[in-house]
Amino acid sequence: MRRRQFVAAAAASAALAPLAARVVSAAPAPTALTPELIEAAKKEGKVTYYTAMDLSVAEPMAKAFETRYPGIKVAVERTGAERLFNRIGQEVGSNIRRVDVANSSDAAHFIVWKRQGWLEPFLTPDMAENLPADQRDADGAFVNQRTHLSTIAYNTKLVKPEDAPKGFVDLLDPKYSGKLVKGHPGYSGTIMTATQQLAKALGWEYFDKLSKQKVLQVQSATEPPKRIEAGERAIAVDGSDYLFWMAKERGAPVEIVHAVEGTPQISNPMAIFKSSPNPNAARLLVGWIMSPEGQEFIVKVSGQYPANKRVKAKEGRPALASIKTLPEDPLEVEKTADEIKSRYQRYFKV
Amino acid sequence: MTRGIDLSRPVLVAVAALLAVMIVLPVGWLLVVSLTSKEGGFTLANFATLFTDPTFVDPLVTTLIISCSVSAICCLVAAPLGWLVARTDMPLARTIRTLVMASLVTPPFVGAIAWEMLAAPNSGLLNQLWRLLSGMPPDEALFDIYSLGGLIFVISCYTFPYVFILVANALDRMPGELEDASSMLGAKTWQTARLITVPLALPTLLAGALVAFLQALNLFGSPAILAIPAGFHTLTTRIWSLFQFPPKPELAAAASVPLLVLTVLLLRAQAMALGRRGYAVLGGKYGAPRPIRLGWLRVPAVILALFVLAMPLFLPYAALFNSAFSRVASRIVGPDTITLHNVKFTFLELSSTMPALKNTFLLATASATLGALLALMIAYIVARKAMRGYRVLGFLATAPLAIPGIVLGVGLFLAYTRPPLALYGTLWILLIAFVTIELPAAYQQLGSAFHAVHPELEEAGRMLGATRLRTLADITAPLLRSAVIATWCFIFVATIRELSAAVILFTSETKVLSVLIFDLKESGDVGAIAVLSLTMVAITTIVIAAANRLHARPQARPA
Repeated sequence: MRRRQFVAAAAASAALAPLAARVVSAAPAPTALTPELIEAAKKEGKVTYYTAMDLSVAEPMAKAFETRYPGIKVAVERTGAERLFNRIGQEVGSNIRRVDVANSSDAAHFIVWKRQGWLEPFLTPDMAENLPADQRDADGAFVNQRTHLSTIAYNTKLVKPEDAPKGFVDLLDPKYSGKLVKGHPGYSGTIMTATQQLAKALGWEYFDKLSKQKVLQVQSATEPPKRIEAGERAIAVDGSDYLFWMAKERGAPVEIVHAVEGTPQISNPMAIFKSSPNPNAARLLVGWIMSPEGQEFIVKVSGQYPANKRVKAKEGRPALASIKTLPEDPLEVEKTADEIKSRYQRYFKV
Repeated sequence: MTRGIDLSRPVLVAVAALLAVMIVLPVGWLLVVSLTSKEGGFTLANFATLFTDPTFVDPLVTTLIISCSVSAICCLVAAPLGWLVARTDMPLARTIRTLVMASLVTPPFVGAIAWEMLAAPNSGLLNQLWRLLSGMPPDEALFDIYSLGGLIFVISCYTFPYVFILVANALDRMPGELEDASSMLGAKTWQTARLITVPLALPTLLAGALVAFLQALNLFGSPAILAIPAGFHTLTTRIWSLFQFPPKPELAAAASVPLLVLTVLLLRAQAMALGRRGYAVLGGKYGAPRPIRLGWLRVPAVILALFVLAMPLFLPYAALFNSAFSRVASRIVGPDTITLHNVKFTFLELSSTMPALKNTFLLATASATLGALLALMIAYIVARKAMRGYRVLGFLATAPLAIPGIVLGVGLFLAYTRPPLALYGTLWILLIAFVTIELPAAYQQLGSAFHAVHPELEEAGRMLGATRLRTLADITAPLLRSAVIATWCFIFVATIRELSAAVILFTSETKVLSVLIFDLKESGDVGAIAVLSLTMVAITTIVIAAANRLHARPQARPA
C-alpha cells in the first residue's frame, strides 16, 4: 500500500509539472560521491539543512556527517514542516539563497516545489540501486529519507494498560476528557498528513467530537511525546512515534498504541534546492544520509524506518509491514491543505 | 577633515530621512496593503472580514478582556507596592525596588515558559507540590496556566513593574509637607494616605493603568506561548498566524489597524492623564518625604513584597534552573538526577546557538548605539530648536510608540521585501525594527536630560568658533553621559527581549535568540530553552553591570 501511494504521488507530480519539466522526466544519471565532489564540498565548507525532524536526531546526525567529512559544518534549521514550507517560500521567493537541503514531514510540499522548478534532481549510484521505486520521485527530484508513524501513546503512570484507548474512536470516551494532548496541522507536517488520513478514514465529524474533549493543543508532532513523558497529559492523540519509542527505551513510562482503525504513516522526503549556495556539500549530505551509513545512523538513534533497502529496521521495534497503516496521499494533502487548516481551526479554535 | 564646516544641516536632513525610512514607509505600506485586494485593486473587504469573521472578532474581544484585566491587576499590585517602597520604613525597600526593576530583564515569553513549568495543570511543579500536600488525585490542579486567567496572570507578572516604576517615582517626588500637615492636623496614617497620598498619586496611577493596558494589548510573546495550548487567539497571535502558510499579508495588515488606532487613542489619554500631574508640585522645593512608620506591620509588609516578587522572579527562575539541569522539566532535580545533558546539547549540538547568540548581541549593541545616538541628536534638535520643523522630528521620534511591535514587523516586511530597499533577509531590517521600537523611550529619556543642561554652555562653545557638532561632542555629550549610558542599557535590554517584530522579520540566517527560543518552544525542547534563557539573562546582566561601572566613574555633575 505504501509503495503504490508514493509512486502515485510521484507520477502525478510529474504530470502536474509544466511541459518544460516534463521533457526531462527521467531520473538524472547517478552522480558518485567522488573525491573531487568531496573536495569541492570541503571548499564550500558548510551546508544548511532545513528539517522537521526532532533535534535529538537531526543534530547528532549532522555531527556524524561532520565527523565523516571534517571541514564541512552543517547548520540545522529545525521547525515544524508547515512553518518550514512558509519560510522556504518566503526566502526563495525573495531571492534569499540559504536553503541547501530541505527535508520535511509533509510530502505534499515536494510536489509544490518540484512544480515550481525549485528542486535539483540528484541520485548517487547507491541511491539509484538501493532505493525502491516507491522511495523516490520518478525524476529524482526528491527521495524519501525515512518513514515514521503518528501514533497514539500514553503515560503508563497515569493510565493502566487495561484503561488505555485501543484506537481513535476510543479517544472520544468522556473518561478521557481533559487528558489528551495533540499536535496542530498548521505547524506540523506529520499532523497535517495524519489529519488528512484520519479525516478521510473517520470523517471530519471525528475532529468535531474530538475538539470537545478539552484537548491540550501543542504545535509540533515532536511535542506530544515530551508532554506525555513529563506527565502533563495522560494520552497523546498523535505525535512522532520514534520519539515515543526513544522515551520508552530510555526508561520513561510511555507506551505506544497502534490504533485499530489504522495508524497514519508519514514519509519524509528530502531534496536539494536549485538555488543552493553550497551545491556540492548539499549533494554530499544527501548522498551520505541516503547511504547505508547515514540510514543506519538514523535507525540506530531513532528507529525510524529506513528507505535504503540494504539497511534493516531497528530491532525491538515492530516491522512496518506488521502494523495496520492508513494510506498516505500527498496529492490529496497538497490539494486540500488550506481546507484542512481552516476546518481544523473552526473546530479547535486555534 | 571637514572640521571647519558646519555639518549640522546635512546631519539634520539625514536624521529626517532615516525616520521616514523607519516609520513612514512601513506604516504607509501597511495602510495601502490593508486596502488592497488579492488581485491588487482597492477594497474594504479585508476590514469587513475583520469585523464579521469570528476567527477575528473572538481574538479582538479576548484581547480587550486581557488588557482590561491586566491593567486592573497591575494597578492593584503596583500601587501598594510602590507606596510601601517609596513612602514607608519597610525593611529591604531598596533591594525590593532593584529586584522589581531586575524582573524587567526577563523576556515575557521566557516568563511564560517558566510559568508553564510551574503551573501546567499536571506536570507543573506547584501543582505537583499541592497534590503532594493535599493528597488530591492526579487530575486535580490548583492552577491551570493554559487558560485565560493563567495568561492574564503571567502578563501581569511582567507588566506591573512598569506601573510600579511610575508610581514609586511619582511618590518619591511628591512633597512630604502635605502629608505632614495632614498628620499634624490629627489625621491617622491611613486617613492621610486616603485623603492626601492617593489623590495626589491618582493621575500617575491612571497613566500606569494605560501603560499596562497598552503592554498587554500589544504583547506577542506570552500569548504565543500560552494561548494556543489554551485554545484561543489574541489579536497579536492571530496576526502572526496570518503569516503562516498560505500568508495573507492583506488581512494581517488590516488586523493591525485596530491595534494601531487603539494605541494612538490610549497614548492621547495617557498624555492627558500625565499632563495633570503638574499640580502636585506647586512652587518651591520640598523636603524629602518622611517615611511612614509601619510599626508591627513592617515584617508582614516585607513578606508581602517578597511574595509579589516571587511571581515574576524567584519562582520562574527556580523553575528555569531546575529544568536546565534536569532531563524532564516536571521533576525536581536532585543530586542523583542532576544532568548536564541540556547544557551540552545547547552548546555542543544545537547548531543554531552560536549564530543566534552572535546575531543577538551584534544587533543589541548596534541598536543601542545607533538608537542612543539618534535619540540624542533628535533630543538636541528639539530641545534647542536647532532646525526648522524640529517639531516634526519630535513627533516622528515619538510616533513608533503607537506602533505595536508585531504591526511594525508586518509594515517593515511589506516595505522592505520589494525595491528600492530589499532589506528582508539581512540584519539591517531587524536593526531598523529594533531602533524604531526603542526610539520613543530613548528620546523621552534623553529629552528630559537635555532640560538639565543649560544652553549657555553650548552657546559659549559656539561663540568660540566650534561647530554645532563639535559643541555637542565636547560640551553637551560629557554632561549627558550618565543619561546616555542609561539609555544605551535600556535599548540593549529591550532589543534582547524583543520577539514580536523579530518573529515576522527573521530568516534562517538572521535568527536571534528570542526567535530561537520561540522555535524550540514549538518542539517542546524546554531544557534547551532554560539553558538559553539563563544564558541570555546572565549576559544581559553582565553588560548592564559593566555599563553601570562605566557610569559610576567620578565625573562632573551636570549643572
